[in-house]
Amino acid sequence: MTEIATRDAYGKKLATLGEIYPEIVVLDADLSGSTKTEFFAKKFPQRFFNMGVAEQDLMGTAAGLAACGKTVFVSTFAIFATGRAWEPFRQSIAYPHLNVKICASHAGLSVGEDGASHQTVEDIAIIRAIPFVKVLVPSDGIETEQMVEFLAKDSGPCYLRLSRAKAPLVHEASYQFQIGRGHILKEGSTVCLFTAGFITSQVLAAALELSNQGVSTTVVNMSSIKPLDSKLVVAMAEKHQYLFSIEEHSIIGGLGSAIAETLVSSYPKKLVRLGINDEFGQSGSYQAVIDHYGLSTRGILESLKKELKL
Amino acid sequence: MDTLQLAKKIRCHALEMTSKGGSSHIASILSMADIIAVLYGSILKVDPKNPTWAGRDRFILSKGHAGAGIYAALAERGFFPVEKLLTHYQDGSDLSGHVSHKGIPGVELSTGSLGHGLSVACGMAYGAKIEGKSHRVFVVLSDGECDEGSNWEAILFAAHHQLSNLVVIVDYNKIQSLKSVSDTLELEPFAEKWRAFGWNVYEVNGHHHHELTEVFSRLSPSVKPSCVIAHTIKGKGVSFMENSVLWHYRTAKGDEFDKAKKELNQ
Repeated sequence: MTEIATRDAYGKKLATLGEIYPEIVVLDADLSGSTKTEFFAKKFPQRFFNMGVAEQDLMGTAAGLAACGKTVFVSTFAIFATGRAWEPFRQSIAYPHLNVKICASHAGLSVGEDGASHQTVEDIAIIRAIPFVKVLVPSDGIETEQMVEFLAKDSGPCYLRLSRAKAPLVHEASYQFQIGRGHILKEGSTVCLFTAGFITSQVLAAALELSNQGVSTTVVNMSSIKPLDSKLVVAMAEKHQYLFSIEEHSIIGGLGSAIAETLVSSYPKKLVRLGINDEFGQSGSYQAVIDHYGLSTRGILESLKKELKL
Repeated sequence: MDTLQLAKKIRCHALEMTSKGGSSHIASILSMADIIAVLYGSILKVDPKNPTWAGRDRFILSKGHAGAGIYAALAERGFFPVEKLLTHYQDGSDLSGHVSHKGIPGVELSTGSLGHGLSVACGMAYGAKIEGKSHRVFVVLSDGECDEGSNWEAILFAAHHQLSNLVVIVDYNKIQSLKSVSDTLELEPFAEKWRAFGWNVYEVNGHHHHELTEVFSRLSPSVKPSCVIAHTIKGKGVSFMENSVLWHYRTAKGDEFDKAKKELNQ
């Protein structure tokens, strides 16, 4: 495995876990070919349910199955899972703390040409606000597999944000995901970049370039957005002169906001939030759209240098 | 259990609870009191001493605003002390205005936001079916709640997956919060809609205990889910509340409370 979309890693791992955990059932809203629950569906047709294009019922039925003792994985596109079905998720899954994992694909800008209606730049904000719901944003296939395994064992509601596009691996095979813990991918001393998700490899490339230009740069994978590794945030704030959050999400309510919430109460310090600045997405190839919002290696580097006055 | 006596107690408790607490929806509770009494008094297989018994029938009140009626029924069945009912709507009480599962043995699902209960009931019914379990799942909807599109997603699902262990009861009192159903969003031809969606449909007088008991007992062992359209009177049992839109929200105080209590105790 060198380059894989997190949705693929999810689908394949879920099909494997189905053998170990007979209580796992999987629900999808007529998008299993895209969300990659098709692998599970082929292997366990009796434990896979295509709910049709009915996302509200998808969440409610998931709640009912979880109330019967099932471990329920639910997949559709992130925009529908978190937007259309937010309230059924909130009322019938999160409030009773049922064992349902929303594993939604095509998050962020990754649907590219399909445009703003299908892109999701608000999902972390609106799910993070729901009490006791975990929010995880894997940065590569290795981390996705570990998160899915964690979810199969964990009890309670969770949102796993998956991407459509293939991304390079940023973790070693020996990496161990831990809930509520960030992971330092590159250690420096002057600038600290917090990130998560698909763009992590591009953030790493920007950090390497910045380091090559003489600015020692740290990159932290904050894939566990809720619970957030507050101790690590404070430790990084103490150690570094400059703090940045970089995310494929609105700068309102996402990873940057979560870090800012920790900083403002525990270690007040300036945080520059890079992301989508109160805009909807737009149509274009994924890389072109990422470029447009300044979230590719080049765009990130430009923003960093501007802020650092280099 | 004497279901007529249970219905009377549900009504009297609900009046006390809503009046003392100052909450709304007394007419919505009176409307469904007989349905709830028949279910909890003679139909539902539940064990108050073991509320999470795996083989129990599941009941969901999707019209969660009538929660005081369910709290009353559960207390009378022995799920928790009757004295607790008077904490309804008080600061710090578990007995919130809309049904909550937290701290209340016997409540399967928190409701109140309309249009959620049926989907969850479908999941419970499907879960029972794939596990080969024989218990049934009952869910009470309000008529106004059928405006919610999510119900119609679930109605499609239940028929498609042949959830014959699922029973919907619609409390069809024909009055919503502000106007009649007909003046708000017409449901008729209502029974035909359910039939067209692939359900067995039964129409009963929702205050007639024998009719209710009989219909719940004879639901045909078919592949279809069942919908019991219970024709009811909103505010049933209190003359000045019956068929009056006013009493969706109004709370009985002073003379109104005394008069209502007297009528319900007759």
